[in-house]
Amino acid sequence: MKEMSRIVKTVTNFVYGFIIIFGFYIIAHGHLTPGGGFQGGAVVGSAFALLLVSYGSLNSTKFLKKDIFSLFESFGLILFIVLGFSGLGITFFYNFLANSGGWFGNAAVIGVNPGDMNTGGVIPLMNIAVGLEVLSAFGVIVLTMASGAEFTKKKEKS
Amino acid sequence: MKKIIFGIAFIIFFSFLIVSAVNMRTFGEPAFSEMDDYFIENAQRETGANNVVTSIVFDYRGFDTLGEATVLFTAVVGVVALFRGVKK
Amino acid sequence: MIGNLPYVAVVIFIGLGIYTLMFKKNLIKIAIGVVLIENGVNLFLITLGYRKGAIAPIYTQAPSGQAMVLPTPQALTLTSIVIGIATTALILSVAMMIYKHYGTLDTDEVRRLKG
Repeated sequence: MKEMSRIVKTVTNFVYGFIIIFGFYIIAHGHLTPGGGFQGGAVVGSAFALLLVSYGSLNSTKFLKKDIFSLFESFGLILFIVLGFSGLGITFFYNFLANSGGWFGNAAVIGVNPGDMNTGGVIPLMNIAVGLEVLSAFGVIVLTMASGAEFTKKKEKS
Repeated sequence: MKKIIFGIAFIIFFSFLIVSAVNMRTFGEPAFSEMDDYFIENAQRETGANNVVTSIVFDYRGFDTLGEATVLFTAVVGVVALFRGVKK
Repeated sequence: MIGNLPYVAVVIFIGLGIYTLMFKKNLIKIAIGVVLIENGVNLFLITLGYRKGAIAPIYTQAPSGQAMVLPTPQALTLTSIVIGIATTALILSVAMMIYKHYGTLDTDEVRRLKG
């Protein structure tokens, strides 16, 4: 597809960093505010779609590569499964970090409170794994379909 | 001829849906809520997260989330496999 | 009938989706019909779990002493939305491959030409 005009490219250069940072904020605070892994991954994926649309599918392969996205997606899914297996002393998917003294292990105050980032157990780590997988899935799907539309142009009917 | 049969079947099916939507339970009074009352009471003490929906998705029902991540991965593998085999 | 207006909206979504599936011939319009039905079902799931005058089920800086909405249908709708993404991506990719092979997107022609 062709690239867009100079105004669109200038605004995209200014805005796409803020969209990516906002998406990572939604992923990281998933256990305190509305949001989480899937919603934040969709926001970051829409930033990649904005870059692809405003620069054209031939120019954007210079800075968006399919192999790195595929690697991050596999890494995200493997991290999610490893987090499921590591609580296997009691059951599969056991929250072994909640209410202990360890990494994300403070106990939450019962009732209404301003949130503490250090709570939650294994839930913030699962949020990061699923968010990584969803944003890479968006990148791979959009890039593959855009480069596939180049060769499905209508040929001459003989 | 086929369009008339399709049209009559669609109108009958749509009238069934409208009648059952108007006669449903009143909006705002759920029928059974014992499981959700347990989740709202005890999610902060057992998991330590303030967000009850996230603790249901990742802690009480984490197995469904594993299935959903696998479905998304399989869809991406399917899309890449369909567009393979193009020669420039 | 005014009290049950969300359920009537769900029925209108599903009715429009089934109309598009039955009466249209272009493949992209059929894909839009599938997406409409799937979005109507998601809306139905989250309107089942509403309590009158309640707030969202999150404890961070919530007004104290109020009832909360049921959180389980919202968790199931998250899974359903992601499965809808997978379905839409695959149906659009198959439509692109049909266009490459046959040269047209009309379902009457696709049935008759034998490649």
